[in-house]
Amino acid sequence: MERNGSLLGSSFRFLTGTVLIVWLVLPLVPLAIWSFAKGWFYPSLLPKVWSLRAWEYTFSDTSGVLDSLWLTIGISLAATALSVLVGVPAGRALGMYQFKGKSFVELLILAPMIVPGIAVVLGIHSIFISMGLTNTVQGVILVHLIPTIPYMVLVMAGIFANYDPAYELQARSLGASPLKTFWYVTLPAIMPGIIVGALFSFLVSWSQYILTLLIGGGRVVTLPLLLFNFATSGRNDITGAIGLIYILPGIVILLLTAKHLSGRSGAVGGFGQI
Amino acid sequence: MTHVSLQALTKIYPGSTEPSLDKLSLEIPSGELTALLGPSGCGKTTTMKMIAGLLKTTSGDVVFDGRSILQDKPEDRGVVMVFQNYLLFPYMSVAANIGFGLKMRKINQAEIDQRVSDMLDLVKLPDLGSRRPSELSGGQQQRVALARALIVQPKVLLLDEPLSNLDAHLRFEMRDLIRNLQQDMGITTIFVTHDQEEAVVLADKVALILDGRLKQYDVSSAFYSRPVDKATALFFGGQNFISGEVNNGVFASSFGQFQLHDKTENGPGTLTIRPENIRIDSGSGGSNSVVASIVEKIYMGTQTRLQCQVGDTLLQVIANPNDVEGYTVGQDISLALPAQSLWVLRS
Repeated sequence: MERNGSLLGSSFRFLTGTVLIVWLVLPLVPLAIWSFAKGWFYPSLLPKVWSLRAWEYTFSDTSGVLDSLWLTIGISLAATALSVLVGVPAGRALGMYQFKGKSFVELLILAPMIVPGIAVVLGIHSIFISMGLTNTVQGVILVHLIPTIPYMVLVMAGIFANYDPAYELQARSLGASPLKTFWYVTLPAIMPGIIVGALFSFLVSWSQYILTLLIGGGRVVTLPLLLFNFATSGRNDITGAIGLIYILPGIVILLLTAKHLSGRSGAVGGFGQI
Repeated sequence: MTHVSLQALTKIYPGSTEPSLDKLSLEIPSGELTALLGPSGCGKTTTMKMIAGLLKTTSGDVVFDGRSILQDKPEDRGVVMVFQNYLLFPYMSVAANIGFGLKMRKINQAEIDQRVSDMLDLVKLPDLGSRRPSELSGGQQQRVALARALIVQPKVLLLDEPLSNLDAHLRFEMRDLIRNLQQDMGITTIFVTHDQEEAVVLADKVALILDGRLKQYDVSSAFYSRPVDKATALFFGGQNFISGEVNNGVFASSFGQFQLHDKTENGPGTLTIRPENIRIDSGSGGSNSVVASIVEKIYMGTQTRLQCQVGDTLLQVIANPNDVEGYTVGQDISLALPAQSLWVLRS
């Protein structure tokens, strides 16, 4: 029986592993091939001529890919940092306290995940114009908070729902100031949640297209915008190269969080607990 | 060495009209070990948190050595509270937990290490400094929590149910440890408990709090021999209550008269005597003796419990098994109620 069970388990692992590879990796193979191809047309199974042209262009000064890469990293990092600043206290309030209108606040925070971004951003656009925030990096960072904050708040609310604030009282009683209490007691306890929430926020910001396009007005060219430009202009080789760069953070983060996502941490398990 | 004075300390939680703690006044002398005793929800943990500054007072004052500390922040009060579930920081080693208070006081690491190691010896856990709290047993965790509190040499130490999570054999070990350390360091210590036995074995003096009010503040033996009222007597296991009237040092009940030892004012009252203080009389029929019929007899090993009927009153008796060996249910028995064990409660 035992052998049978472990056999079943290993074949199940093999099956899920195969499905993951087919779904996640296979679609990337044409991208990778394209980035090294110099023309690749039907009916040839593989390109006739290989070339590093696309990669050379991608990393050249004229393409603007590197500038766009740094800009995208900067915007995503800033949006993530702001999400953490808002999400930690908001998650604490939702996860730990009962107050009037709590379910309304929850709905408000979840709304951006339900309402299409384009509907929200049209209204915001006119406000941002009057504030002079359109076509600026700051405006793009701010508008990215609409989809990132809900992720951060939800993860943190789950963490705080399982958190015992008595540890903070204990630290105060042992002579720690409120700031030191946060640093030495609260922060280590909620760190797994902050990491997972921040990674989510980073990825969500990283992949924004519509919000960036509308608020940035085409002046703030992040990687998705650039990618879209090349994709629509038919440069499949350059699209392939940029596409591979574009998915890199996603893969890195997937590997980093594999442990957390497997349920060994409360960070993700906490989703349903507020 | 700190004298603690609680002055009409009151707590009314928001949304409630009844005070959880109602004008509690206590004088706790320097270096003493005092128990706040009461059932759960009586306001004793509320009291501790207010002393520690972890909960706002509604009114009243907390005074250390003549100075009100209500305006001081929790970290500046010199009060350390040890919670019932220990609350050891899980991601720190045992040594880091114990040294936490010193680190917050910006003491250099070499001195912290030295004092942590001394403290580990003191609580008899010399080799466990590098462990994680989760690797320790409950008793060890409690000793770490105690060490973490004592290392900062607090003016006042607060313990929340210090013995209640421990097995019977660990309780006495822990009791001795707490008492010895507290006496050696001379720290004024207040602990709360719902267990009268825990209060009696550990404390110099006990404050009984029922329904948010102080009932009696006294040495522990007084709660057995001289309870202030029936609720207090009941809390300490008193079972015999006989109504009647005091008249010139004699208590008259429906089934007999009893000489009182203490000077007692005339008037109606309730006579009480602890079950273990009722003696089995050989039948000489001296003063303060009554003849009762045995309703129930339960042998309990080291003692035998008797339930005896006199008139309309049931008397509970705890006797030495040898003294009542010959008696069976239904038989008459002569009981003596010694004058010095009698106490009259006023309603």
